[in-house]
Amino acid sequence: MAELTGTRSPTATLDAATLAKDFPLLTREIHGRPITYLDSAASSQRPTAVLDAMRNYDETTHANVHRGVYTIAEEATRRFEAARTNVGRFIGAPDPGREVVFTKNATEALNLVAHTWGRTHLGRGDVVVLTEMEHHANIVPWHMLAAERGIELRWIPIDDDGQLVLDDLDAVLDGAKLLGVTCMSNVLGTLNPITELAAAAHAAGAVVLADACQSVPHLPTDVASLGVDFLAFSAHKMLGPTGIGVLWGREELLAELPPFLGGGEMILDVRKDGFTPNDIPWRFEAGTPPITEAIGLGAAVDYLRAVGMDAVRAHEISLTAYALDALNERFGDGIRIFGPSDAEARGGVLSFALGEVHPHDISQILDQYGVCVRAGHHCAKPLMRRLGVNSTARASFALYNDERDVDTLVEALDEAKKFFA
Amino acid sequence: MPGLEDLYREIILDHYRSPRNRGELETPPAVRVEGFNPLCGDEIVVTIDVQDGVLADIKIAGTGCSISQSSASMMSAAVKGKSVAEARDLIATFKGMMSIHEATLPSGAGDAGTIEETEPEAIDIDALGELAALQGVVKFPVRIKCATLSWNTLAQGLDEAASPV
Ligand SMILES: Cc1ncc(COP(=O)(O)O)c(C=O)c1O
Repeated sequence: MAELTGTRSPTATLDAATLAKDFPLLTREIHGRPITYLDSAASSQRPTAVLDAMRNYDETTHANVHRGVYTIAEEATRRFEAARTNVGRFIGAPDPGREVVFTKNATEALNLVAHTWGRTHLGRGDVVVLTEMEHHANIVPWHMLAAERGIELRWIPIDDDGQLVLDDLDAVLDGAKLLGVTCMSNVLGTLNPITELAAAAHAAGAVVLADACQSVPHLPTDVASLGVDFLAFSAHKMLGPTGIGVLWGREELLAELPPFLGGGEMILDVRKDGFTPNDIPWRFEAGTPPITEAIGLGAAVDYLRAVGMDAVRAHEISLTAYALDALNERFGDGIRIFGPSDAEARGGVLSFALGEVHPHDISQILDQYGVCVRAGHHCAKPLMRRLGVNSTARASFALYNDERDVDTLVEALDEAKKFFA
Repeated sequence: MPGLEDLYREIILDHYRSPRNRGELETPPAVRVEGFNPLCGDEIVVTIDVQDGVLADIKIAGTGCSISQSSASMMSAAVKGKSVAEARDLIATFKGMMSIHEATLPSGAGDAGTIEETEPEAIDIDALGELAALQGVVKFPVRIKCATLSWNTLAQGLDEAASPV
């Protein structure tokens, strides 16, 4: 599982407190206290560089793309397509200009695969393998396809440490047409052994769809070494804006897929008796795309690249280790932290149960201390059932968080515990 | 900015710590209804025994946050032994206390920043007794669904009891 866990590079460092100054929102006060933002797994904050890039585009260059021949329309198209290649390079796409499809978000990217690839490759009795830790976005599209055409869903279970149980992998994958797997759990933080899983899936003749929502923002990503066929993620979890997500797909797979939505942009020709779809990636981008957002995503990628994904990963390993220690030390048996106990085996996402205090109540009390954490099922209800809970509280980190944020969290949790004791 | 004491009144915490009428009644004769809060995955089970137009017994099961649990507990205490008509009135009054806000919220989500604080009008708060303690919840719009979950579930149960399937 080496490829996703990243390694602690001795030269890769970052100073979170300095980086935090790049994020205007982080200067806010909540109930008279400085904000402690620990919900980046849901959505991250945006640095000035991203906000400025979007504003600059809007103020100087905006026009519709792929349409006009006038100067700003050409510039807009160039900047939009440059963002696409930039994003593709960031994840190691062999052909970044053709393999990166812009979508509304990761959810739409995953649905795009179910809709186009699924409808052309899956029929009654065909097997799709998912894991127990998938986000609803990588479950429900397959349920919908199951209802529509009778495909069968199989599940890779997890163990009590929050790791996938791979003992029966070959049997589970036997006859499967697709494996849908998250690179990193948005609840447990677990980093899955994607390279190993992809190799096993390919050996079984299955295509691999990876949900990289939580990994692309926090770890170096290289689609070639991961060996997956499709990869989905959202800009708003990687310092970019909402309204844009990405589906990366291997060129030869994308090239044979039918269009997703129909309309402008996705066609080469339209006649009264039919239409000819456009080339990839535009075939999957019907209508005016999120142009400003693509510029923002490109700027977010530039920002992450400048900080260095190795440094981001190293920082988050040490912060996660610090948080695990601090929480266990303060609350002992009074806290149940879900997912791997080893910080190197997980990302900076900590879901927990604090005694009997309900996650909603925890989150409400924490808010009084300016601490933003998530409470709920995190769109992973099958996983919640496996864990035997309805919901968890979740604190998640990004490159702008540091140990002081963890200290504030621990103090605020202590208050919540006292309040409901 | 509303403080925590507006939300977590002592009476609420008391019902949360020692909930009344916990459990499930035997079905049949009781009617059993489940309610879900999509926001947090909480689930409430209300079983009611309606006899001759009277809500003879009620029990609450399931899990939830302090607001949903205490609201359900107080509700059970308030409606037990009441006529169905009285129970429906109470549901209407309680939801009236919450509804100005609930109506503006999409299911399971809310944006506290965009919702104006409005004092409930023409609601007979006195009729609510200790339930009035939950009034503070309206200042925390995302929590309104927590407070109304058991009431919506009870309303559904009364409908089902009135027209058995
Ligand atoms: C693992 C995972 N997959 C998918 C999603 C869906 O992302 P979005 O809501 O941006 O489509 C999320 C975000 O909540 C996630 O964490």
